[in-house]
Amino acid sequence: MSKVPHRNVKWKYWNEPEPSWYERVFVFEVVRGLSITMGVFARNMWKWVTGRKGALTAYYPEEVRADYSPNNRGRHVLTQRPDGSPQCVACNLCATVCPAFCIEIVAKADFADPAHPKSPARFEIDYSRCIFCGFCVEACPEDAIRMAKEVPALPGFDRHAMWGRIDMLKGWQPAHDPKKPYPPKPAAERAP
Amino acid sequence: MIASLLVHGLYMLYAVGFLLGFATIFTWVERKQSAVMSDRIGANRAYIRIPYTQIKLVAWGLFHGLADGAKMILKENFTPATYDRFCYHLAPWLTAVPVLLVFAVVPFGGPIQPGLLFGGAMQGFFGDARYPMQIAQMDAGVLVVLAVSGIGILGTMLAGWSSNNKFSMLGGARAASQMISYELAMGLALIAMVVSFGTLDLDVMVQWQRQHVWGIFVQPLGFLLFLTAAIAENKRVPFDLPECESELVAGYFTEYTSMKMGLFFLSEFIEIVVISALLVTLFFGGYAVPFLGPEGFVFPGGGTWHLPHGLVVVLQVLCFWIKVFIAGCFQIGIRWTLPRFRFDQLMDLGWKGLLPLATLNLVITAFVVWWLT
Repeated sequence: MSKVPHRNVKWKYWNEPEPSWYERVFVFEVVRGLSITMGVFARNMWKWVTGRKGALTAYYPEEVRADYSPNNRGRHVLTQRPDGSPQCVACNLCATVCPAFCIEIVAKADFADPAHPKSPARFEIDYSRCIFCGFCVEACPEDAIRMAKEVPALPGFDRHAMWGRIDMLKGWQPAHDPKKPYPPKPAAERAP
Repeated sequence: MIASLLVHGLYMLYAVGFLLGFATIFTWVERKQSAVMSDRIGANRAYIRIPYTQIKLVAWGLFHGLADGAKMILKENFTPATYDRFCYHLAPWLTAVPVLLVFAVVPFGGPIQPGLLFGGAMQGFFGDARYPMQIAQMDAGVLVVLAVSGIGILGTMLAGWSSNNKFSMLGGARAASQMISYELAMGLALIAMVVSFGTLDLDVMVQWQRQHVWGIFVQPLGFLLFLTAAIAENKRVPFDLPECESELVAGYFTEYTSMKMGLFFLSEFIEIVVISALLVTLFFGGYAVPFLGPEGFVFPGGGTWHLPHGLVVVLQVLCFWIKVFIAGCFQIGIRWTLPRFRFDQLMDLGWKGLLPLATLNLVITAFVVWWLT
């Protein structure tokens, strides 16, 4: 018959606390803890009462966090030609590379415009699925999709409001961008 | 007879309104105080829109209590597949009703004399009768507090047992052992108060404190013991082992939904109000405003400031509100400060810490009172 180990063995742990009598009384330490929490409360409350912000959290979406990186991958932007049509040629590369399968493109053809015969009839991003990885921006051969710094206005009461449709996504006019003049200069005039 | 019935009916309505109102406010306090303590903003999305306008009243999130109530009433009333039907439905009431009943013996204002408040026909109707602001004027006030709050244990035990769920079962067992252990310490602390005041009636205790000093200066150790035991009775942090979320889902009310769960939730907050009221009554002079007698202020230097009877009553009720609010905020502050006990630590504190101290306190009090008289 195996011997059952005695139940009242006092294990000595390597980090066994050794409280002094002052800590064992417990009341003083409770008072110290309360003074810490109540002190923080009083400090923050004084800030609120005197019209300042007494919290570290940002009030999303009404407040914008100040520490967003300038390279933050936020809202998608579909670039436009000067006539307002999207620069997208509906090649479906972004939809193919998207790991979250959140881009849906329906193409339409306009053979009267031989330079841009194919364009999107619908270009939709499901923001309830998007993971903001930026692969669509990398994949695009036409620089038709970019990501802006600010985050999309997602909060709402309806899941269907989280679809970014083409009129919401279109937001960049090349006519106002000095870095990319349009129409592009002829090759002869470009810097070597 | 009719006048007395009328007055006490009004007292009951006031008491229920007072308890529920303060319980709702304390849910808000719990959210906002914890938020401000941890550098957050806290719940502030619920609003009431003024009809036909776009003006939304947010009021610092005060309406979240109303939104919670509406949510709980409208939720599906889900019951487990197998459960003890009778006990399951009885348990929330057994928890919530005793908490409300305790307030029956707590005085929430000075004696009111309706004949002085109103003139004309009302004066003839009421005569010169005086009614203390207390639903039940009993000689056994403190005993009623102990007896009725002991019934609450049955509710938690029944809830844990009848749900047919192991988490509930464990929570119920924990609640039973914890509450019974701490009831002893609470009872002994209260008996020490009874010995030093020489009465069981809470209203007489308030009168005693008005004439002498606040109870906390008479019984500082008794105050600490009563506060600790009362928070343990209420099963709040750091004594929330019966319902600890990390181990037991929600403890003894895991299987309760909608307003049945809401009753458990509400009874916890009503109990905060009741404990605050008891603390105020026993240790902080109750409704008594310093230097305020039935005729107005009487300052120790000899100056007097005569006040009408109605104003005196209103001042005393307001004083009680303010004291209860501060005591409740203090209890909630304790919740956001201390971590939870382990169960053996809890039992050690109850049986090896509080119970001997309460006994010692009682013995010393008895000897001092015997020596003084």
